[in-house]
Parts: sequence; C-alpha cells; structure tokens
Amino acid sequence: MLPVPNISASCLISPNKIFLDGQIIFEHPGSAVTFLDKAYDHLEIAYPKFHKMDNLCKLGFLAAEILLNGRSHEKKYSDSETGLVLSNSHASLDVDLKYSKTIHSGASPALFVYTLPNIVIGEISIRHHFKGENAFFVFKHFDGKFMAEYVSGLFENKLVKSCFCGWVDILKEDYRAILFLVEKGDGENKLPFNADNLNKLNRLDHG
Amino acid sequence: MDKLIYKLKEQIIERLNLKDLKPENIGDDQPLFVEGIGLDSIDALELIVLLQQEYNIKLSNAEDGPRVFHSVRTIADYITANSGAVKVTT
Repeated sequence: MLPVPNISASCLISPNKIFLDGQIIFEHPGSAVTFLDKAYDHLEIAYPKFHKMDNLCKLGFLAAEILLNGRSHEKKYSDSETGLVLSNSHASLDVDLKYSKTIHSGASPALFVYTLPNIVIGEISIRHHFKGENAFFVFKHFDGKFMAEYVSGLFENKLVKSCFCGWVDILKEDYRAILFLVEKGDGENKLPFNADNLNKLNRLDHG
Repeated sequence: MDKLIYKLKEQIIERLNLKDLKPENIGDDQPLFVEGIGLDSIDALELIVLLQQEYNIKLSNAEDGPRVFHSVRTIADYITANSGAVKVTT
C-alpha cells in the first residue's frame, strides 16, 4: 500500500502575524503593505522582484518562502513533481481596483500583469522552478473538503509527489494566507492530509 | 542634462519599484535591460507610459525602443530632442 499524503508543514499569515507550524515567527504592526514588506526584510530574502509584485503575490510568495526555508525541497523533487493549488474569495480584486484607477491617467502595465489571481502561482513557480500541476479556485470561504479531495486526486493519479495548497486572499487591509506543504511518506510531526486537519489548521489563530 | 538624468533615475526607481536601488547606483550609460539593472518587457511598457505622462512624449516608432531605452542618458537625449522645453524641478 502506498503511503498516504501528509501535511509536512503549514504557514498561516493573518493580520500582523505569521505562524509556522502553529508557532508565531513574526509580528509587526501597520498596514498590509507595511507588514508584508517588513516580513520580507525580516526573512532576509534577496529577490528584488518582490517589490514589483502586487499584495496578493507578496502574500503567497512569503508563505511559500517560509515553508521552503531550509527544506532542500528542490533536492527531493524534480521541477515537475511539485504542484500548486490555491484558492481565495477576492480573486485579484485588490489590484484590479488599483489598476482601474490608473486607466484614465495612463493604464499601468506593471499593475495590469497582476490582474489575474493565478499570477501568484506563477510568481512562486518562477522563484522555485516549479513546473507541476497547478490550479486556482475562487470560493466564498476556505473549503478544506474540496482542497483535500482535489489534491488527493493529484497524488492518486501520480501527477505530483509534493504539493503546496491552501488559501491566499487579500482585499485592502483584510488579508489571510494559509499554505500547506503536502508530501507522501511517514515521519514525525506530520498530520494526515484530510479536510479535518486542513480546517483545524486554518482556525489556528481563532483559538 | 545632469538634472534631467538624475530626475529620470528617481522616476524610474519609483515607477518600477526598484526599492533596492538609489539614483547613485544607476550609471548614466549603464544598460537598463538584461545585463544592466535587469529590467524586463513590462518595465519597458512602464517606461513608455512614464514618457507620456511625465514628459508628454509618445514613442512614435516602436522599433526605436531598444535604442531610446538603452540607458538613462539615451532616454534623456530622446526627451531633449523631442520636447520643446523640458522643465525639471528638483
């Protein structure tokens, strides 16, 4: 029997706090953009393109960076073996609104390129050379059941050997990311990958 | 010309979110794309919008792009050649 997928790690980013595997690793007051930029500085990431990203991409990018830090993920999996499945409720509305304000005075190409929610998958993929299965879904709320079933299907059909999945959402000052690293194999501190555990981790900051 | 070049560097940094750079870090003749400071095709479009908005200059021939946007100095030359009276406030 093949080993079932497990949740190897989780990263939750909610207003002014970042959790890694349930532990707070960063806190900073201020607006969404201030918080995201301070988190980037704190993590000592050298990736100038971060500053060009919209806030949705910054949010997803940071969550992925935190999960991948020190993990040697690229040595365990080939480029095509890692998938990315994300979801949110506001699609790219945060940057859509900013872009719409530029239209009359000269539309900004740099904003326009972020007016699709799945660009966050592209930014993470470019950074880490992921070329596996990917999808972006828009739901009203995080749907652990759907996510568990969809990603399990990728594993069952041998389309991925690891997968980053979860929720990356922002509209103005309301932002939230919960990103899970899912892999097959046994090990300590790993949770079975199922809807109950996804929903439980997603409620971590609600006590 | 020096004031225009410095102003352009400030505008490029702000417009393209090059937060790790200061005007002093960009050479007047340094290539802006690929091997220079690493701008990409989207940045090129943003520079075209910058010329239109800040200097009221439209790039009349797209094929001139690589020459015009080669460096800050070539952009400044193009502005000077295509603008009756460029005022640079500091």
